[in-house]
Amino acid sequence: MSKDIKIRKGLNIRLKGEAEKTLSKAPRSRTFAIRPSDFHLITPKMVVKEGAKLQAGDTIFYSKDNEAIKFVSPVSGTLTEIERGAKRVITRLLIEGDQQDTYKDFGKLDPSSASAEAIKELLLNGGCWPFIKQRPYDVIAKTDSEPKAIFISGYTTAPLEADLDFTLRGKESELQAALTALGKLTSGKVHVSVGDASSPLANMKDVSIHMVKGPHPAGNVGTQIGKIDPVNKGEVVWTVAAQDLVIIGELLLTGKFNAERILALAGSSVKAPKYYSTKIGSEVSTFVYDSGLDEENVRVISGNVLSGTTISPKSHLGFYDNTVSVIPEGDDYELFGWNKPIFNKISPTRAFTFSWMMPNKKYELNTNTNGEHRAFVVTGNYEEVFPLDIYPLQILKACMVADLDQMEALGMYEVAPEDFALTEFVCVSKQPHQAIIRKGLDLMYKEIG
Amino acid sequence: MGLKQKLHRLKEKYKGKKMAPAFNALHTFLYLPNETTHGGTHIKGADDLKRTMNIVIMALIPCLIFGIFNAGYQHNLQTLPEITKAAGFFSGEFWNWANFEVGAWKVIPLVLISYGVGLAIEFMFAVIKGHEVEEGYLVTGMLVPLIVPVDIPLWMLVVAVAFGVVIGKEVFGGTGMNILNPALTIRAFLFFAYPTWMSGDKVWVHGAVETAGQPDAITGETVLGSLAQGNEAGYSLMDMFFGFIPGSVGETSTMLILLGALILIFTKIGSWRIMVSSIIGALVMGYMFNMVADLGWISESSKFYALMSTEFWHHLLIGGLAFGIVYMATDPVTASQTNRGKWIYGFLIGFISVMIRVFNPAYPEGVMLAILLMNVFAPTIDHYVVQGNIKRRAKRLKVKTA
Repeated sequence: MSKDIKIRKGLNIRLKGEAEKTLSKAPRSRTFAIRPSDFHLITPKMVVKEGAKLQAGDTIFYSKDNEAIKFVSPVSGTLTEIERGAKRVITRLLIEGDQQDTYKDFGKLDPSSASAEAIKELLLNGGCWPFIKQRPYDVIAKTDSEPKAIFISGYTTAPLEADLDFTLRGKESELQAALTALGKLTSGKVHVSVGDASSPLANMKDVSIHMVKGPHPAGNVGTQIGKIDPVNKGEVVWTVAAQDLVIIGELLLTGKFNAERILALAGSSVKAPKYYSTKIGSEVSTFVYDSGLDEENVRVISGNVLSGTTISPKSHLGFYDNTVSVIPEGDDYELFGWNKPIFNKISPTRAFTFSWMMPNKKYELNTNTNGEHRAFVVTGNYEEVFPLDIYPLQILKACMVADLDQMEALGMYEVAPEDFALTEFVCVSKQPHQAIIRKGLDLMYKEIG
Repeated sequence: MGLKQKLHRLKEKYKGKKMAPAFNALHTFLYLPNETTHGGTHIKGADDLKRTMNIVIMALIPCLIFGIFNAGYQHNLQTLPEITKAAGFFSGEFWNWANFEVGAWKVIPLVLISYGVGLAIEFMFAVIKGHEVEEGYLVTGMLVPLIVPVDIPLWMLVVAVAFGVVIGKEVFGGTGMNILNPALTIRAFLFFAYPTWMSGDKVWVHGAVETAGQPDAITGETVLGSLAQGNEAGYSLMDMFFGFIPGSVGETSTMLILLGALILIFTKIGSWRIMVSSIIGALVMGYMFNMVADLGWISESSKFYALMSTEFWHHLLIGGLAFGIVYMATDPVTASQTNRGKWIYGFLIGFISVMIRVFNPAYPEGVMLAILLMNVFAPTIDHYVVQGNIKRRAKRLKVKTA
């Protein structure tokens, strides 16, 4: 059964430096890192001390709020350092990897015959629960929540993001196992969205497949939820990133937590952008310098250029990310940059900006804000790129003034920060939309739960 | 060391100091700042508020230039025997040095006063409150000289601008926070504080006030003014379309306003929804009045008759209606902020403008009051539009649980 979803509103941001579809194996990283900040609102409670020997799959810490949610080591090695920041918050766990990984065995499980409890237990113990996120609030799913549906996006529209059709190729059996297992955890359906029938996800069983068409954010799972089955007050849906299904599937089929990740190294500053296979938490330098960088003054982003995290080139890949983008820093002045005609930047308007004349041109954008932060002035431009049935400006303002009733009424349960990445991109006043929404969601989580 | 580095050093030196916003405001006019993204999206669209405001100013420039020539033309037409009625839009009778000289001496001081006083207040507030100087006044400062009569005493303008910027904008928190359009607040202040000046039939042509009562007196009646008194318009349709009529400095040329509207719509800066619905609103009201006049419900002796029987689409050509619709009703801060709200907001502006015109012969320019009125109601319109979305969401939940 398939249902077509067509998105009209949106904006495709075409950038230079798209990853070439060849796969290389990145050299093995010496150290691996887990950053607890990747797991929003999770307070880690350590179970091992510095110096402990770990196998891939050994629990390192669990969530302080719920002991059942365990976070495991992606590789085997030694926990060398627990880095702490202000107020002794753990900022980074550093693991020095062994030459060869040894895996903890969690035991195989046949998803088609296993019970929901058994699957849940395996996911929790095997360190795969953190891959399951929930809406509302866009946080790791509560273990006692009963989702009305589970959503998976198999379609990529974000700029320079790893093409799932490529990274998931050949993983059909893992994907099928994971999808069957997830299907047992919900009373509703598992919705999988794909771009076309050639996607590795297009022929999965036990799920309902949707064909998605349209500009970014058509590939965002939030857009798909909004079109298929929006979240109402009191309801919960789960989302899993397609690349994480592979790890879940492997845990079910082999009993091992194999943190292998196929990622796209992309961006205009990369000499030879392409795909690498590596492990979660490995040093990005292992593949970034393998491809080579064009210049010195660059920003390395774990994730895509709209919602990713800035990391140092010596730092490590984020837990959820399957893309590393490298773009030039824009910390320079531009003479009369505010009124001269602009040909080399993307603009949603035609205000002496000419990107509308060249819809297929690929741009080399840098990190300059192209203007200073201002109060909200212009109206109507967010709606052009925002496909959800929500008033973006109004919900942002409700978040800024912390008006909980209004936030709830305007649809806060349906959104995640990444849904506001495009409105943030086009914002003339350069307001931090994603941060505003994140803060609003956190406030609701605290006050309403 | 280039200018760029020197200015960068200065900026770093003044960072956090009281005068920093004032310095930055000037600096950012020369250079796009070196600020980079942090936290959210790593790349940003090319437009900023300066660019947006700049486009509006560009769209106003043709009106300003025409206004300068027209100010001189209206004066010279009545004083210099060699200036005769302009035949076409590019007629040399209009575009000549004599007209420009008179006009420039009258209009350029208005522009300078408007920007000088307004920006000084903006800078002052930015420094006191420690925020950056926002660009809102760039457009307001250009609008003000275009919507005042040419012979307005400069001291009046100073008082009005100061009032408009402080009470109309800064007390609400500056650009983006104001309820009323600042340019129209300034205009309204002039109108209510100095009514004899602003609503008379003298002030619209340069020299009309001084020569009043003399045998070679200059008349300064606007088209609307004559119609409101039950007289003939006295100008041909083409004159009104091209703008060879007395009126506020920049509001007369419907043709150039149309050009400005096209610029704003093409660049996606101005809301076409507001413009289109305002025009529809004005036409509907005008047509209804035509019907009333045609049906003979009012007699020709009625004081409303002349304006009521004015062909309904002529309303767009006379007075400041077109100017108000294109440049002031579309001000995004004070207009409705939802797309559906914009349709309602615009329609009512056009509708009420013509209504005020007809029923208020003492001061027939209704568009100013109509826009100010709808500015006040815009949040209410938005409220009900947003309620529609909220209700839909609540209904979705109800269907689910039932």
